[in-house]
Amino acid sequence: MTADSQVRNFNINFGPQHPAAHGVLRLVLELDGEVVTRCDPHIGLLHRGTEKLMESRTYLQNLPYFDRLDYVAPMNQEHAWCLAIEKLTGTEIPKRASLIRVLYSEIGRILNHLLNVTTQAMDVGALTPPLWGFEEREKLMVFYERACGARLHSAYFRPGGVHRDLPPELIADIYQWSEEFPQKLNDIDELLTENRIFKQRNVDIAIVSQAEALDWGFSGVMVRGSGMAWDLRRSQPYECYDELDFLVPIGKNGDCYDRYLCRMKEMEESIKIIRQVIEKLEGTGGDVLARGKISPPTRSEMKQSMEALIHHFKLYTEGFHVPEGEVYTAVEAPKGEFGVYLVSDGSNRPYRAKIRAPGFLHLQAMDQLCKGHLLADVSAVIGSLDVVFGEIDR
Amino acid sequence: MEFCNCSEKFAVPERLFVKILTMYPKNLTHLGEIVRKEQHDSIELVEIKHQELVITGLATKVPVLVDFLKKNSDCQFTTLVDITAVDYPRREKRFDVVYHLLSMNLNQRIRVKVSLAEEEMMPTLVGLFPSANWFEREVFDMYGIPFAGHPDLRRILTDYGFKGHPLRKDFPLTGFNEVRYDEVQKKVVYEPVELVQEFRDFDFESPWEGMGEVIQKSTAGSSGEEGK
Repeated sequence: MTADSQVRNFNINFGPQHPAAHGVLRLVLELDGEVVTRCDPHIGLLHRGTEKLMESRTYLQNLPYFDRLDYVAPMNQEHAWCLAIEKLTGTEIPKRASLIRVLYSEIGRILNHLLNVTTQAMDVGALTPPLWGFEEREKLMVFYERACGARLHSAYFRPGGVHRDLPPELIADIYQWSEEFPQKLNDIDELLTENRIFKQRNVDIAIVSQAEALDWGFSGVMVRGSGMAWDLRRSQPYECYDELDFLVPIGKNGDCYDRYLCRMKEMEESIKIIRQVIEKLEGTGGDVLARGKISPPTRSEMKQSMEALIHHFKLYTEGFHVPEGEVYTAVEAPKGEFGVYLVSDGSNRPYRAKIRAPGFLHLQAMDQLCKGHLLADVSAVIGSLDVVFGEIDR
Repeated sequence: MEFCNCSEKFAVPERLFVKILTMYPKNLTHLGEIVRKEQHDSIELVEIKHQELVITGLATKVPVLVDFLKKNSDCQFTTLVDITAVDYPRREKRFDVVYHLLSMNLNQRIRVKVSLAEEEMMPTLVGLFPSANWFEREVFDMYGIPFAGHPDLRRILTDYGFKGHPLRKDFPLTGFNEVRYDEVQKKVVYEPVELVQEFRDFDFESPWEGMGEVIQKSTAGSSGEEGK
């Protein structure tokens, strides 16, 4: 081969069937040797037309679709939908319901971060962390199940509150778990944080500067890892987050490793929140649903009152009507800002519901983040972006 | 063989724990006034609804307006949160294109809405916000709104070779094609949708709903927001 012979760049397909693609991501990579020169993500392989389907279903029937978006932390998604409906109808939810929502949102955050941190470790070669992490996830899913009957597709947060009250034994068990979990977290921390291989694969990989984070519309850990103190739970508090004492961990370098550290620390903070909420729950009684047009009557009332029975029937067939208008509500989902833009025409179905998924924007920056890195780093970057295709493809 | 001592080379970064001050909701009226004053020829309407600042603008002026919103010191909307569209087939200008912006510095949000006729083009925002790229591709995919100046306007969520724009109100919920694996041909084949039973679109809306308005009119001003 002569010195001036043409060296052609190499194109490869990464996924859609690749264990490190976290689902159905297809990346078309252009390689110069082992260095990535272009990265074109092809998404939509899990597109189910959620937004189109939602336009033909009632508000309540639409709620379970949100479990199927980011299926790693289902209740956080439902939360955004409920908040949007509550904002349009002007519903205030009871204190106890608000506390339960926060409790389960934080459980969702731990569910998500456990999965992300440990599978990211798996992407770079560690097999033990996922096994340990999934054991804890299993316990949390049992808490989901005990609250609403389903491990994943919970449909527990309802417009006006939450579906059922929590039994006292469940609350006690969650508290006990919150005492045991820091030890387990510590175990994972010992496996990874100072692990030489883990650090070599993550430190200084995919550095996100603050300007980049803004340009690409990042949110959640992706901006906090770059040193920006932005957390919707603090900056635009919803529910009762402003009454709770917790801190927001901030990274310094904005690389994969800092984002990992942020996630680990966020789990500790979530445990703090869970404990506080449980203490508050003990002193807060009362209903868990704002009884009215958008929520069902109590069971006992339904058995005695004709009006309540009619209301129950109408609620689950016709559904409730939401006043005309449009709102955007966002929650700090584990992956970032999860928002719902809801346009209502006053009928029982949303005229338009746009789901703003944080992962969509994070994945969009793949080309920017992977350029100049080695092919082997691509899986570390995907792991650190925390992508779940349920929410990206919708 | 020598290993690099990573713990020395890459020390665990000092993580700050920050308690962010709550400063929400902001004085949106004031912000709206600023935008109205500075950008009066690119906007039509400034309103605050559900504690959200909504600006109705002109489609052709969106880049100018958004550029102002991004760079003005009172606005600082440096994050593009979302671009989407809404279809109103009966309107003269069929589409509403909706932009959501966020300022992390000043902790405020804004929504910019413009209406657009079916054959019109929307100017792109990719130059201002790289993140607009996929959003605009999605709007193009779902609604067929072309973005002038977009570097790579391909479909994004739908299948390769998909026809039509699914989120338009005149696109049927069932779609036109379905796929299945053909055992004989040993490949996935596309076929026109064939429903084993008629598509059931239940309309549960009460036929008596009209009475609500009559009652509300007769008792106007007295009470009952949720008259329905």
